[in-house]
Amino acid sequence: MISGFFIFNQKGEVLITRLYRTDIKRSISEVFRIHVVSSADVRSPIVTLGSTSFLHVRHNNIYVLAITKNNANAALIFEFLYRFISISRSYFGKLDEESVKNNFVLIYELIDEILDFGYPQTSEIDTLKAYITTEAARSEVTDIGESSKLTTQMTGAVSWRRGDIKYKKNEAFVDVVENVNLLMSAKGTVLRADVDGQILMRAYLSGMPECKFGLNDKLVLDKAERAADNAVRLDDCQFHQCVQLGAWGSDRTISFIPPDGEFELMKYRSTSDVHLPLRVHPTVTEIGTTQVQYSITVKAGFNSKLSATNIVLRIPTPLNATMASCKTASGKAKYVPAENVIVWKIPRIQGGSEATLTAAADLAATTTRQAWARPPIDVDFQVLMFTASGLLVRFLKVYEKSGYHSVKWVRYLTRASGTYQIRF
Amino acid sequence: MAATGNDAKFFTRGKIQEFKAELQDAARGKDKKFAKRKTVLKKIVANITMGNDMSQMFPEVIQCLPIPMLEIKKMVYLFLVSYGRARPDLIERAIPHFQADCEDRNPLIRALAVRTMAYIPLPSVATALIEPLRHSLKDGDPYVRKTAAICVAKLYLMDHRIVEREKFIDQLKELLKDVNSTVVSNAVAALTEIAERSDNIVLKFSYSMATKLVAALENCSEWGQIYILDSLLNYVPQSADEANTLTERIVSRLQHSNSAVVLTVIKILLYLMNYIESKQSIEYLCKKMGPPLVTLLSSGPEVQYVALRNILLIIQRRPSVLKDDVKVFFCKYNDPIYVKLAKLEIIYRLATEANAKVVLAELHEYATEVDIDFTRKAVRSIGRLAIKISTAGDPCIKVLLELIDSKVSYVLQEAVVVIKDILRRYPDKYLHVIPLLCEHINLLDEPEAKAAIVWIIGQYADRIENADELMDNLTYTFLEEATEVQLALLTACVKLFIQKPQQGQKLLPKILKWATEEVDNPDLRDRGFMYWRLLSTDATAARTIVLGDRPPVNTDTDRMELGALDQLLLHTASLGSIYHKTPDTFIRFAKPKSLPDSPALNPASKRALISPTAVGPPKPVSTAHLVPPIPQSLRTMQDEARTTPQTSSPVSLQGPPGVSEQPIASPVSPSAASLQTPSRQGTTDSDQLQQQRPIPPPKPDDPYANLDSVFGNYVADQPRPVGGRPGEFDDLLL
Repeated sequence: MISGFFIFNQKGEVLITRLYRTDIKRSISEVFRIHVVSSADVRSPIVTLGSTSFLHVRHNNIYVLAITKNNANAALIFEFLYRFISISRSYFGKLDEESVKNNFVLIYELIDEILDFGYPQTSEIDTLKAYITTEAARSEVTDIGESSKLTTQMTGAVSWRRGDIKYKKNEAFVDVVENVNLLMSAKGTVLRADVDGQILMRAYLSGMPECKFGLNDKLVLDKAERAADNAVRLDDCQFHQCVQLGAWGSDRTISFIPPDGEFELMKYRSTSDVHLPLRVHPTVTEIGTTQVQYSITVKAGFNSKLSATNIVLRIPTPLNATMASCKTASGKAKYVPAENVIVWKIPRIQGGSEATLTAAADLAATTTRQAWARPPIDVDFQVLMFTASGLLVRFLKVYEKSGYHSVKWVRYLTRASGTYQIRF
Repeated sequence: MAATGNDAKFFTRGKIQEFKAELQDAARGKDKKFAKRKTVLKKIVANITMGNDMSQMFPEVIQCLPIPMLEIKKMVYLFLVSYGRARPDLIERAIPHFQADCEDRNPLIRALAVRTMAYIPLPSVATALIEPLRHSLKDGDPYVRKTAAICVAKLYLMDHRIVEREKFIDQLKELLKDVNSTVVSNAVAALTEIAERSDNIVLKFSYSMATKLVAALENCSEWGQIYILDSLLNYVPQSADEANTLTERIVSRLQHSNSAVVLTVIKILLYLMNYIESKQSIEYLCKKMGPPLVTLLSSGPEVQYVALRNILLIIQRRPSVLKDDVKVFFCKYNDPIYVKLAKLEIIYRLATEANAKVVLAELHEYATEVDIDFTRKAVRSIGRLAIKISTAGDPCIKVLLELIDSKVSYVLQEAVVVIKDILRRYPDKYLHVIPLLCEHINLLDEPEAKAAIVWIIGQYADRIENADELMDNLTYTFLEEATEVQLALLTACVKLFIQKPQQGQKLLPKILKWATEEVDNPDLRDRGFMYWRLLSTDATAARTIVLGDRPPVNTDTDRMELGALDQLLLHTASLGSIYHKTPDTFIRFAKPKSLPDSPALNPASKRALISPTAVGPPKPVSTAHLVPPIPQSLRTMQDEARTTPQTSSPVSLQGPPGVSEQPIASPVSPSAASLQTPSRQGTTDSDQLQQQRPIPPPKPDDPYANLDSVFGNYVADQPRPVGGRPGEFDDLLL
């Protein structure tokens, strides 16, 4: 298991050191600095030197590192590092060099609790916050009754929730967020189109509410013999720790007692019948060796009542481009020489409409004859109240022994960020 | 609650004398709410972090222990964990405080005290810990018990005699039956670690124990689930029913959002599948595993990488998993390079006749990208695709010729190497490409590519009009070439001479003379003499030998042997699974694991079984330790092949020309590749396939027996641990 936990800044200075085992020394941080931080070409998140392995994750301007001398479970270590990052973000708003320095004492407290002898322990944010608190809200846990309640919660079957939560108004917000992955070939055929979905929940519910959650899951609807045209085939689902996996396994019901506040209830994947919100039609012509001409059209294929917002197209230009002129009636386009792209930003496209850009990039004469690799065009966007998979929330039922009434809200968002790629 | 602290100001180097004075002043004067001392302690912790030696602060820091404030206590404890070992003389003063805390009414304080004591590796602390630990293991509060369980493992590593003498192991075993699942999972983790370290403690679970542990899964944290699942390897199914029941009870965990839980479930499922005979059950489990594995590719890049390296193993063992999912492995342009390379290794293995076209188009796309390792590997993959799927041969050749035309040096070199292999697979089909290759001879500067083109010219000398001119040019720099090129040149000259005596007769004597007189390399010299004598004794025999039929190349050798795979898959998700090495080969003190035999072990797995005796402990200094354990039978086979290469059997005389096809960069050694025995492709379940045909061990005369992995000598991008011998870096680090 993990022998040591470190945080480094970009210069390779140590911001946090915690050794859990005597098989390494603090000076080992030098080795990481040399082999990873100051190395120009890091080609793996895992470096093994002799029996010592360094597993790191980069986040903003810091490196979060775990060192092990065993044949440790690498997936566990990375998941733990991700978890550390999300706990820190929940505590400090963000995790970067500044927030680490500002909260280092608290971080030491945290990593003493969530890692014992290198074995990850309780990592439920809600529970941790109950007794490891920031300066501003620090209150000593001296009450024995309070402590026992905490320890029971930390080790109990519902470790993610305190029992004594009270809200005046019981509300639950469900956000369905879909990330679309698209890879389209130069000929316009879809090589790959799938959806990574997340269902995020913000639960502000009193007591110990038992929730049941229903989707237009094809398997469930088929079994119920409810003819549903719009049912969605889910390739795979993964659930938060709170969901009873046994129940899902036997009859695909999603039942759980939610943590308080915000959490990711489930992730899912769908590959069948993905509705592509935006279609991009690029025509790129190389005029001899001196110029490249672009004509790019973006079409919004969804219902005209909806619209895509914050659309950003990144259109690659050859490395030897000297300047590029762009013309468009929609949004703004600009050549960014440092990144070899034309960035075209469109604030909004109404469903059913389209936008066009024409551009020309002038090329400098070069001696190398290597052809231009033509990286794909990348499109980022968001469409509210639309799911590319067609997924819908059918119900969210909340049962609590006090029988209170609760209000539920659902939102849908489909987006792409660095995953919607069109070759040309 | 994003209220953030404001402690960055303490991150400055401080002087010990100042800290001492500040602490003493604060203790003497008014220190409202201990704020002053808290500040100084923060400065000290910051300085520890920055690597300043604060051990001299020991006496003053210890004096802060009685302060009744949890935050201060935690900082003092952190200090003691950091420097306790350095000041055994002063630690005595802290012990009474620890002991008092161990009896505190607050369970959080009790746990904190035991936990911290067990971090300080000093005999005096260990002795003082014994009684509190014994009580903690029986504490009424589950939080204290789960903390104490881990403490036993800590103590075991510090001094295992204490643990044995005080019978803490028995107490840990009791905790396996604890009512609280978190306590159970930590007890499991502790016992697993102790068994891994100990020479005499072996962890073995009965079926009823295993089912009890599985029942605890539902109620413990995600990490606890991993510890418990992992420990199921200590249970050996005695019947297929047992194994089946367990798989049914854990299979729903595949839906957990924590990728480590998912991969650990997969590890256990794969393990249990060895003890299941029913084809349907196995097929069902394979089908269940696919989607969660694909989902892992939506995680962070680091987890994707772990998943991909494991998938590469899993699809070799259970080809029906993911067999229709090649598209999910297509690279995104902005994937990190390590993810791309790992995907690329999987892509051609999932290629079928049906998807070959899409796969080829994709590989072609990669072959024009910027990263050199990636493009090279893409070109290699195109070659493998052509060899694997015969209908893909034509389009692959077309793409390769297009790539050659781009004249990008490293692409060209790779393409030539790859085309050589394709010619070996389809000896008469693509002769028209040879003249095109010959046009680029002058651009080839890498030994492997040079050796490849030389092989092509020698092999097809009778079809190449100006073979003698080409050879003449190539041999011009003979003495400066790398050994593998020299070997290739020598053989090619002999082939030229045999096929076209007129053209070869001028060149051959010159080369033979160089090889036998001017070169120091014994391999080359021996081969030179051998050819010389062969040609002068019996020219007809020479012809049959040198131009004899070659065994066909195919991609079956890309698959590792089942037994070795079964062994590696016991380490799914671990570092070993990423390097494709069993941990005992690269980690000090790691114990070798092997698939345990049992009446329930299914025939296919049984046949492939590598018995633990053959594995043996890693030798301290030998080449063998970098290599997955080789079954004994295989090892001796190779030894024979090495020590008695040509005299033992008449068949082996066919060896040399065959061997010469292979660039031999290093003396033949039992390498990882030697485990890659041929097995038939195309079947969906390798179990089935093994039942039809047991694996033949590589014949000693098989020139491909030592084929050094699929990608030839090109393993630059293979993930691997750095530092040959275990210990080399350890000394440096400690």
